[in-house]
Amino acid sequence: MRIAICVKEVPDPTAEKRIDAGTNRLVRSGENTLNPYDRHAIEAAVQIKEGPAPDAEITIVTVGPESANRSVDRALAQGGDQSVHIADEAAAGSDLLGTARILAAALKRGNYDLILLGQQAADSESYVMAGLVAELLELPCVTQAASIELADGAVTVKRQVETGYDTVKAATPCVVSVSDAINDPRYPPLPAIMGAKRKPHEVLSLADLGVDASTVGAAGAGTTVGGLSKPEGRGDTIVIEDDGSAADQLVAFLLEKKVVA
Amino acid sequence: MAGIAVLCEVQGGEIAKGSLGVLEEAARLGAALGEPVEAIVCGSGLDDAAMGALGGFGASKVRVADDAALASGIAQPVVDACASAQESGQYRYWLAGASIMSADAMAGLAARLGAGIVIDAVELHAEGGALVTRRSGLGDSVLAHCGFTTPVGVVVTRSNAFAATEGNGGSAPVERFSPTFKAYSQAVQLVGHEDAEDSGPDIGAAEVLVAGGRGLGDAAGFAAIEECASAFGGAVAATRAVVDAGWYPYSAQVGQTGKTVTPKLYIACGISGAIQHKVGMQGSGTIVAINKDKNAPIFDYADFGIVGDLNTIVPKLTELIKARG
Ligand SMILES: Cc1cc2nc3c(=O)[nH]c(=O)nc-3n(C[C@H](O)[C@H](O)[C@H](O)COP(=O)(O)OP(=O)(O)OC[C@H]3O[C@@H](n4cnc5c(N)ncnc54)[C@H](O)[C@@H]3O)c2cc1C
Repeated sequence: MRIAICVKEVPDPTAEKRIDAGTNRLVRSGENTLNPYDRHAIEAAVQIKEGPAPDAEITIVTVGPESANRSVDRALAQGGDQSVHIADEAAAGSDLLGTARILAAALKRGNYDLILLGQQAADSESYVMAGLVAELLELPCVTQAASIELADGAVTVKRQVETGYDTVKAATPCVVSVSDAINDPRYPPLPAIMGAKRKPHEVLSLADLGVDASTVGAAGAGTTVGGLSKPEGRGDTIVIEDDGSAADQLVAFLLEKKVVA
Repeated sequence: MAGIAVLCEVQGGEIAKGSLGVLEEAARLGAALGEPVEAIVCGSGLDDAAMGALGGFGASKVRVADDAALASGIAQPVVDACASAQESGQYRYWLAGASIMSADAMAGLAARLGAGIVIDAVELHAEGGALVTRRSGLGDSVLAHCGFTTPVGVVVTRSNAFAATEGNGGSAPVERFSPTFKAYSQAVQLVGHEDAEDSGPDIGAAEVLVAGGRGLGDAAGFAAIEECASAFGGAVAATRAVVDAGWYPYSAQVGQTGKTVTPKLYIACGISGAIQHKVGMQGSGTIVAINKDKNAPIFDYADFGIVGDLNTIVPKLTELIKARG
């Protein structure tokens, strides 16, 4: 069985947040990290390999600058066997559809049985990549899986919808994005982190995949960012570090605000 | 390309409230752009009169795909239906609310049409004869003005961005159409459904909500939250992460897929503050956050934040409130 996991490198959520005023793009310099939501997809694949599909081969797939290789290694350490990294300057500035086109081209080549994604990207909070990729690949798609079971060439997924929980079934090959509650990702042990670099890494250009550069990247983006403005804030926030008196300070605040009598 | 199509979702036999708000906003946008607005409804066993009532929310026409393949609420057959509607309608824009189904369907449609897609839009503006959305980014610290370069643009709005009115009681002509379904779109089968039970306390009515997230560590962690909530005379709320994990019932979930609440006081304990949670509680009077990570996004929209361990702070808070009792 061949499993692919689409991962994304995102700016560290702890770093200062800003958009570059010149390019209107999210500034990706500084510390970057593997999208935390993707770790759940990797853990889900590892559990499939430990369980119903011991022969599973897990491929980490990403689109991003060459420097994203650190996040690829982080993903490999957690459980990938090999990686496919599409690093091409012409891919920079891709919007959702552009990124999906590149991922789909890379995934098509690999003939995967199961394509997994995290529930959303921590930077843009977008949660539609699975739907975009599945449609481009003309594959069945199930998003926001709270559990996955694999048996007899099909996945059975429990997922939350507005009216409760659906259980759905799809034959492989298919695309599944997983909820952050599906598992508790394990931290890779040191030898796995050291070993990640030695796993097979394939770095590809758009041309290698036969992707027309004019359909992706900033040039091919279907959406434009024309300007930025400030949303209305909530107003002042008081943030205190607990020194043992936090609960007392909170109660004083609530009394002053007349939220409690 | 001309006109605006709004995917109006049927939930529990009725058009979803979120869809009605988007439809009304589309009507305002359509008037500014000089584009007609049509409602697209996908389902099975739909009633013409009920569908026609969408005219009262701004649709000039209601196009209905009524097919057993659309009964399950699975998104991919809806992609096929929308694509069929697009073939005959040649719409310039597609709009939908942020339900699980609608967002998935719009993603599929955008990919099928090669259309740019904006999700989480909070405002829709007519600028220079075109739709320019506002999409908040970077933890809601900026609003990006997003437009389209593709002939068709697809927009998924943020939950609760557009509140629906009662409508004006008008109606619109209903036209039925038959979608062409693709084999892969029908491959996902619904094999079971558990309805969310609404047996717990009505969190929508509570004046104080004490909410628990994954920071509680496990299901047993909710005991302290329940005690705190009862000290305040309030109820308990939860994030999707803990509901999905089975720690707390779905009826207590606040957020995009769960409930929208506006208590006087919302105390978020061990909750990171993802946008999908925020949209359900940002209308609360006073927001308090207790989180051990000082960079947690929840602090960006709390009135009073405590960086610390909920395991020591929450019981202490409970004692202090009880003592005032
Ligand atoms: C389409 C879609 C719909 C969604 N709908 C919803 C929805 O309706 N409602 C919803 O809530 N989410 C929803 N989500 C999920 C949402 O994106 C987040 O994944 C979820 O809200 C995270 O839940 P959490 O804050 O409990 O968990 P986490 O994000 O894991 O946060 C746990 C927090 O606890 C803190 N913590 C840990 N230990 C302690 C301690 N001892 N003391 C204090 N703090 C501690 C951590 O610092 C962390 O910030 C949706 C997502 C998608 C993609």
